[in-house]
Amino acid sequence: MAWFKKEKTPKQAPPEERRLQMPEGLWVKCENCREIVYKREVARNANVCPKCNYHFRISARERLEALLDEGFYEEFDTGIAPVDALEFVDTKKYADRIADYQGRTGLKDALISCRGTIGGYPVVVAVMEYGFMGGSMGSVVGEKVTRCVERCLEERSALVVISCSGGARMQEGALSLMQMAKISAALARLDEAGLPFVSILTDPTTGGVTASYAMLGDLNIAEPKALIGFAGPRVIEQTIRQKLPVGFQRSEFLVEHGMLDFIVERSQMREALISCFKFLMGVPAPSAVPVPAADVREG
Amino acid sequence: MAEQDGFEAAILDLERRIESLSGMGEDLGIRRQREKLERELEETRARVFASLTPWQKTLVARHPKRPYTLDYVRHLVEEFVEIHGDRRYSDDPAIVSGFGLFRGDPVAVIGHQKGRDTKEKIYRNFGMPRPEGYRKALRVMRLAEKFGRPILTFIDTPGAYPGIGAEERGQAEAIAHNLREMAKLRVPVIVTVTGEGGSGGALAIGVGNRVNILEFAVYSVISPEGCAAILWRDASRNREAAGAMRITAAELLALDVVDEIVPEAPGGAHSDPARQAAIVGDVLARQLQDLRRLEGGELIAQRFERFRKLGRFTETLP
Repeated sequence: MAWFKKEKTPKQAPPEERRLQMPEGLWVKCENCREIVYKREVARNANVCPKCNYHFRISARERLEALLDEGFYEEFDTGIAPVDALEFVDTKKYADRIADYQGRTGLKDALISCRGTIGGYPVVVAVMEYGFMGGSMGSVVGEKVTRCVERCLEERSALVVISCSGGARMQEGALSLMQMAKISAALARLDEAGLPFVSILTDPTTGGVTASYAMLGDLNIAEPKALIGFAGPRVIEQTIRQKLPVGFQRSEFLVEHGMLDFIVERSQMREALISCFKFLMGVPAPSAVPVPAADVREG
Repeated sequence: MAEQDGFEAAILDLERRIESLSGMGEDLGIRRQREKLERELEETRARVFASLTPWQKTLVARHPKRPYTLDYVRHLVEEFVEIHGDRRYSDDPAIVSGFGLFRGDPVAVIGHQKGRDTKEKIYRNFGMPRPEGYRKALRVMRLAEKFGRPILTFIDTPGAYPGIGAEERGQAEAIAHNLREMAKLRVPVIVTVTGEGGSGGALAIGVGNRVNILEFAVYSVISPEGCAAILWRDASRNREAAGAMRITAAELLALDVVDEIVPEAPGGAHSDPARQAAIVGDVLARQLQDLRRLEGGELIAQRFERFRKLGRFTETLP
């Protein structure tokens, strides 16, 4: 028997639902500078704090509207839904959690995948929804991203994945872990086919998502001050028993250490992507796959 | 350690009693008594190990005497040459790699390595690799590919090391890169989870044509303690978490996460490392023979399909 034992238990994160809720009303408190700012002004500013440039977390749909030409996108694989393969129960049944989040977000799981154009360039886009169980990656996220990659291979379009996730979903056990290998193996094919993949990392991108597709872009770009890492800061603090330096695991830190190509303000993201596509896909934009009018949904 | 949970108490007690009889001469009575105890020990072992809970299996997988990669190498690989370093930054003793002859054929071996005593545990960083370990692993895999040699990997890690330096040097990138590049390897890759399959830190050397797991090994997305701390907000609920996450060999086989369960020596791999290595060796030899029939492109395709089908969901057409 050991005389002493290393405590490896990570401190718990505050529940995402509590963190997520925006105060009702006209004013909103910035999580970063604690200033009370006018909500409409924030909204006009691409959901960025006008005082300190803090990027508020936004929904997957808001991102798609802001990025794609005319805000139009054709969503696919909308029929894929999670199952409780392990019959997982913690303080609550996984099956009940799924139903809860589905009700709250109107989504079946934590990812929207779609096709559209950005600056005329045909793209397949996968966006993670943090509001659905912290954007955690289980079988559905894994399958949908993999299908996005396969669609890019078929249609020879570019892949854009916007990550916003705490990592792999514990309630699906090793099946979640295996999604990392599954998506990465599909990305190996995309890589060998010479098709572009731009990974956009937003606050937060950690765990198994960072340690698979989020870091595998031909270009890895991030929003300012996003938390990006493998292990969460609390786990690291508990392991090394030291306070972490200010700015550790933030976008700026990752650029400094050579892990990201560049940081873009949210309001500049679309223009930045178009500039990237010019290099990756040529000038002028290859003609996009025409989107049938009936399937177009307004974002 | 395994003793903490008490399930090995009866076994340890019998072992002590047998031990105390040795050196008491070869008197018929003593011999009879020893034979009786040995039979009892065998039965007790079989009984205890047949009904281990998921948490108890986790403890067996973490047993301080559990055979590690270099133990398998010692028993299975002749003329082993260990090679070091990622050619980028440093070596990482938490992952060992090298090459040698397995049943007469050259192979590359890569695996996590934990330490036995305090000094070695620290040197090996408790089997928790830093980015350099994963980059070294990939370098050796590429070397094997270049010369057409199969790759055998052995997984036994609590996970990738969560430290400042590891983050600065791209722990996530190192793991991600391995996942993608292992999918492109044109040589057979056989993965064996021998102890703890700790999340991404395990998977980073785990993308194989075959994935085996030892009978009492575990493989999970997060440690039971970590899962309990987050979902139950109480790390002491590790027993429930170990059960809920389906981390045992039989459960993983049912989910297709692993392809084959390698039986363990009675009383667990640590009770007879030489015998355990021989059992593992037979499985690896058989699988290698199967995989050698495939061309490089077929190996890539088979590995891709193996992982492509993993996951459970429902789909309704809109």
